[in-house]
Amino acid sequence: MLKIQVLGSGCANCQKLEALARQAVAGLGVEAEVQKVTDMREIMARGVMATPGLAVNDRLVSTGRVPSASEVMTLIANVLAEESPAS
Amino acid sequence: MAGLALLALAWAGAYAALRPLADALTYDLLRLSSDSHLGSSVNFFLYDTPKVLLLLTGIVFLMGIVRTFFSPESTRRLLGGRREGVGNVAAAGLGVVTPFCSCSAVPLFIGFVEAGVPLGVTFSFLIAAPMVNEVAIVLLFSLVGWHIAVLYVALGLGIAIISGWVIGRLGMERHVEAFVYEMAVGQLDSDERLSWVDRLHRARQAVREIVGRVWPFVVVAIAVGAGIHGYVPEDFLADVMGKGAWWTVPAAVVLGVPMYSNAAGIIPVVEALMDKGAATGTALAFMMSVIALSLPEMIILRRVLKWPLIAAFIAVVATGIVLVGYVFNLVS
Repeated sequence: MLKIQVLGSGCANCQKLEALARQAVAGLGVEAEVQKVTDMREIMARGVMATPGLAVNDRLVSTGRVPSASEVMTLIANVLAEESPAS
Repeated sequence: MAGLALLALAWAGAYAALRPLADALTYDLLRLSSDSHLGSSVNFFLYDTPKVLLLLTGIVFLMGIVRTFFSPESTRRLLGGRREGVGNVAAAGLGVVTPFCSCSAVPLFIGFVEAGVPLGVTFSFLIAAPMVNEVAIVLLFSLVGWHIAVLYVALGLGIAIISGWVIGRLGMERHVEAFVYEMAVGQLDSDERLSWVDRLHRARQAVREIVGRVWPFVVVAIAVGAGIHGYVPEDFLADVMGKGAWWTVPAAVVLGVPMYSNAAGIIPVVEALMDKGAATGTALAFMMSVIALSLPEMIILRRVLKWPLIAAFIAVVATGIVLVGYVFNLVS
């Protein structure tokens, strides 16, 4: 299952991004778990200096901004495409 | 690209039509006299509101493009291990162009300190970033005049550089919460490669985000300013906010700290007050205090800074703003 994480300490932008991520998951029709990462230690360990950050399967795909709905979808779809074995 | 050129053309056309349109609406359509209080207030509002919003859209878009060339990571690399002095100057300048939101002040602070950016240099960044912003510059330029806008930028940078340097000299590293120094900070693997399409896309997002957030403030504040312009008598404020009394500048700064507003909400009102006899230095000090020193930001920073350092930060920046106010009142 796909793991999507929104990194940020509960700011308005983090909530916006979380909502977009849920939308994107629904739009793509994939099974995914959307989590919020609010622990500063973990956020810093990932090297995120500007919140919100977005990670898909532990890969950081965006930081410091709220991408548009279609961008979020593309970011998630890219990781999916790269990780699924070429057929 | 053709679309962009078309937009620029439409923008210029709209800008040129502002004055005739506002006059036609006020004097012909609404049949108000240009000598009446109501007429001058309404005309002021109808001209200034679209003008400020147009300029804001244009400048936020351009600044949005500039910001795509900077990131907190690249700024940290540029500042890491740099000596104080030069470092403070670089940090203040980078504070203006690096994308920054005070909501991520905490991770940014930790990231900077862990990368060996000196404390005072980090502060120069944190002071300049909110104070010298494009919204303040546009509003000052379009409502008060370019000379005040330039002075605001220069003095804002000056305060950020000197305050940061002073905080560095105070040796307050022990008043940073201990966990900051113990944190393991990861590195982002690579910088994004952005095409021009990406940059324009992000600039458009910045317009939607920033103009979308501040336009209600602009409209309300210009309406209040327009009311002051039309109805408050000339020199009404000369006694309370004039340059006569020594205490007006510090009082303006103290008053500004708990007031949390963005530049869009405060500058149109301050401009109207200046027109009614408030001294330039006092007005400038009040604006800087409202924009640069805000209680919510202090509360956010409290998570990484102990009280003595927060107090020092407020005291040093407030002193700088008061000095700016005095100097201005002396020379203007």
